[in-house]
Amino acid sequence: MTSENLVYFIALPLFSSALLMLLGRKADKWGHIFATLVSASVFVIGAMEFLAMRDRPEESRAVTQKLFTWISVGSFNVDAGLLLDQLSIAFVLLITGVGTLIHIYSIAYMSHDRDRRRFFSYLNLFIAAMLLLVLGDSYLNLYVGWEGVGLASYLLIGFWNQKPEYATAAKKAFVANRVGDLGLSIAIMIAFANFGAVSFIGIEEKVGGASETALTAMGLMLLLAATGKSAQFPLQAWLGDAMAGPTPVSALIHAATMVTAGVYLITRSNFVFDNAPNAQLAVVIIGAITLLFGAIIGTAKDDIKKALAASTMSQIGYMIMATGFGPAGYAFAIMHLLTHGFFKAGMFLGAGSVMHGMNDEVNMRRYGGLAKLMPITTITFGLGYLAIIGVPPFAGYYSKDKIIETAFNAGGVQGIIFGSTALLGAIITAFYMTRVMMMTFFGNKRWADDAHPHESPFLMWAPMAVLAIGSVASGYLLYSGKAIVNWLAPVVDKHHHEHTELLPPIVVSALAVTAVVIGVGIALAKYRGELSATAPQDVSIFTRVARRDLLQDDANEFMFMRPGQKLTEVLVKTDDKVIDGMVRGVAASTIGSARGMRKMQTGYVRNYALLILLGALAAFVAILVVTL
Amino acid sequence: MNLLTSMGALPLLGALLIALLPAANSKLIKQAAFAVSLLVAGVGFAAAFGFDKSVTEFQYVERFAWIPALGINYQLGVDGISLILILLSVILVPIVILAGWNESENGRFSVKTFYVLILILETMMIGVFAATDVFLFYVFFEAMLIPVYFLIGGYGSGERQAAAVKFLLYSLFGGLLMLASIIGLFVISGNQIGRTMDIEALSTLQIDATTQNFLFLGFFIAFAIKAPLWPMHTWLPDAAKSATPGTSVLLLGVLDKVGTFGMIRYCIELFPDASRTFTPLIIVLSVISILYGAFLAIGQKDIKGLIAFTSISHFGFITLGIFAMTSQGHSGATLYMLNHGFSTAALFLVAGWMISRRGSSTIAEFGGLQRVTPIMAWSFFIAGMSSLALPGLSSFVSEFLVLVGTYTRYPVAAVIATFGIILAALYILIPVQKALHGPTTPGNENLPDLNKREIAAIAPVIAVIIFLGFYPKPALDIINPAAIDTISRAGFSDPAPVVGGNK
Repeated sequence: MTSENLVYFIALPLFSSALLMLLGRKADKWGHIFATLVSASVFVIGAMEFLAMRDRPEESRAVTQKLFTWISVGSFNVDAGLLLDQLSIAFVLLITGVGTLIHIYSIAYMSHDRDRRRFFSYLNLFIAAMLLLVLGDSYLNLYVGWEGVGLASYLLIGFWNQKPEYATAAKKAFVANRVGDLGLSIAIMIAFANFGAVSFIGIEEKVGGASETALTAMGLMLLLAATGKSAQFPLQAWLGDAMAGPTPVSALIHAATMVTAGVYLITRSNFVFDNAPNAQLAVVIIGAITLLFGAIIGTAKDDIKKALAASTMSQIGYMIMATGFGPAGYAFAIMHLLTHGFFKAGMFLGAGSVMHGMNDEVNMRRYGGLAKLMPITTITFGLGYLAIIGVPPFAGYYSKDKIIETAFNAGGVQGIIFGSTALLGAIITAFYMTRVMMMTFFGNKRWADDAHPHESPFLMWAPMAVLAIGSVASGYLLYSGKAIVNWLAPVVDKHHHEHTELLPPIVVSALAVTAVVIGVGIALAKYRGELSATAPQDVSIFTRVARRDLLQDDANEFMFMRPGQKLTEVLVKTDDKVIDGMVRGVAASTIGSARGMRKMQTGYVRNYALLILLGALAAFVAILVVTL
Repeated sequence: MNLLTSMGALPLLGALLIALLPAANSKLIKQAAFAVSLLVAGVGFAAAFGFDKSVTEFQYVERFAWIPALGINYQLGVDGISLILILLSVILVPIVILAGWNESENGRFSVKTFYVLILILETMMIGVFAATDVFLFYVFFEAMLIPVYFLIGGYGSGERQAAAVKFLLYSLFGGLLMLASIIGLFVISGNQIGRTMDIEALSTLQIDATTQNFLFLGFFIAFAIKAPLWPMHTWLPDAAKSATPGTSVLLLGVLDKVGTFGMIRYCIELFPDASRTFTPLIIVLSVISILYGAFLAIGQKDIKGLIAFTSISHFGFITLGIFAMTSQGHSGATLYMLNHGFSTAALFLVAGWMISRRGSSTIAEFGGLQRVTPIMAWSFFIAGMSSLALPGLSSFVSEFLVLVGTYTRYPVAAVIATFGIILAALYILIPVQKALHGPTTPGNENLPDLNKREIAAIAPVIAVIIFLGFYPKPALDIINPAAIDTISRAGFSDPAPVVGGNK
């Protein structure tokens, strides 16, 4: 593989971030412009790399760069090395492209915040870490980016950490991610013990010689890592709370890029999963559970950001499920990831635009009828809406349809179960997204008294418009002529697997469109009329459970937090009373015996003489015992 | 005069010089102590630059007969492991002096005595790592207790005298067991190769299994108290809570490393068979320490207590790496000693500044510091991130090396130990949230941020933490040969990967 200078991708955003932190208030006037320019220039570099890569023949598209020897002990050798191939360039364009749009949007959105410079510093830290995540040439380099984006996400969720609940949300996200990181750590250890390598190439070369048990274990650990970062069951609970961060952050990190890192991880590890069918099945199951789990929560949320977050969880469930189908699914998982990057980021920015005009109100029950006053937001959000529910020919139609098709094509009972799950998810998606549209932009006005909704400024709606164009066109562009499938094949489908077809594609498409019609129909019937400004309380137990995020926090609290707190309490007490208590006991008895001994120091010669006699006798007896 | 002796004698001479200065001029005393410690650090760097990384023998060797009748020599020399720890010591002393410029003011003894004690302690620290004669090591090991005892008992806070006595008794008890083992070694060497206390000579002794086990335990218990390993740890939180922040940095950052250093240099080198016998037990104790220390840290209300318990967790990682007996585990453990020294120094120094400003060490008394004192808050945050081993900061490299090095031989222990990374997130982020985030606690609105002197003290520590996170090679190049040599002489080699291959 040829070598090329890739270090700018990480160095530029990283140093700009550090500079903004170190300069402090001195950079307040120009920090946001500077950070945006850096992000834009990285996008330009990425675009140039992409064009150059496209012009090269397929076998020489991937390029690498070794920066320096990072860690080297015995046979454990890890270079700080970068790998830019067909898979990573897709992410580079997504991260820097959407990233730059969100920078531009944030200039306006954060203009009244006194810490705007710090916000942009965090954003560029995120860009650097996310690019390292997708460009690292080994699991350990990926890990640095992996925890780096976790740190950036923690800092941004807690950007307004003066509010205790926001600070708690940030901590929750970090801890849940660390549970996932446990999986990634162990996966790397398994890799090193089995292959003596942690680089993607080093492992792939030897993967054929490994036992299926080892690969399954590694695959399951990678899946654990993915569930943490991508908010998949059972580590999904942090994502809803993460909406505490400023809305541009929700769009970039918690919708378009970071939360999709799990999909990247599994796709990148295709050589592991393709040889570990049990791990693949686990991936599909986790994806299927989460796509329903998120969708159900989405139906019950009145907070617009939390509804979108639940939707993100569900959509990533689709992607994760697709990766579990192996070479048949990777390309479609990435395709959905890219289209989702457009439409979901666009809708989050739209939600931010609505909040901007409504005094930061997030409760959709206090919205209604905003279409007339915010036409641009309504149109851009609406195009994203059409994309996510999968109306042809919008972007989500192509990508989701392909995932449903792949699920059915898995064949047998599994194919029917997972295909039907995906279809059911599509119905629910159409329902909750229509609900969001109706409650926000149409129907009766339920605004607070001091609300004066207005359209957002150009700097905010321009990025929304660009993303809306992507929501319309990206699906067809990626789909036509099997563009994405052929592009990624050298990475994820080296052996050109033949994919069987259970149902003809036209039937699947018909089923998917029918699902959309059903979902939209139910939602229109339910949310067409007048709505009240408060959530109805006389609802079924089912609705109540859904409103409580399907009891995810209650379960975590019951299973981990309370027992953990109890254990900590007990250990703190034990340490003081038992372990240190024993030490103190020894000390006390020493002091006690010293007091006793002191009494023997009477000062009378006759007593000492007696003691000496006794001592001599004891010594004599001891010598006798030893020598006899 | 030889480099090591010069380095060790310098602080002692400095202490003498300071003793002659007028007691009233505390500023001059502080400046003199700082200058001396900088000079020593300079000699330390010179030693590092002149160190030949390609050989494994002791370097800068010097030897004079001390008690010829008993075969005891004044004998010094360093390999990569001891050199790294000496470097850590001589770098931390000036930082501690600069950071705690005023912590000598409110003691039971004079300002002058404080700096005399610190410099004497520095001599002992250099000596204990540089000694290659077991008896000389023992002398430094025990003599070190005296300055620390007076530093805790004389300048600390709270129950400082009780804590100092507890520290002293624990250490003396361990020292006594070690002395018994040293006498045993002395007798055996007298029978086999003639009386000697030279480590390299002693490591050639043929000792039967039972005797080896007893001798090993004498050393090991002394070191396990020092390190400290569960359940011999209860002196540490008390000492750390009572000592001044600077003393705590030296105590946890350097003195405790004598324990883990001793395990490598004495336990494994002198008693390889016994080490093998006790390895399962020690691995278990290490894993318990990792999790136990972490849980206890989560449960602490006092910030100094919290840092002390995080260290117990980290020492668990270090002993785990040592007794995994792989090159990654060993190098990782030694690198961990260095990294832990810096990250604990950062945590303790910033915590010390927070405490002296607020007048309390209870975590709940802080709150919202990020708004009020951003530089102090960010310093604490970065130190905390290093403590939880965030990739990109130095501790990650060593922690991961320990884990991966343990996994290849003891996968179950490694996997359980990895749970420590989740607990680490909790024990750092909980105090971060309570102290730095949230609304500003009433009474904290006007706390001053770090001044220039404090920034000058913490900046190099943070710079090292970041630099070694991205580029640990300079440290690993020094450590690797010695670490690999130690395990190969103990008769171990790295497990080969399951899948062989041409690479």
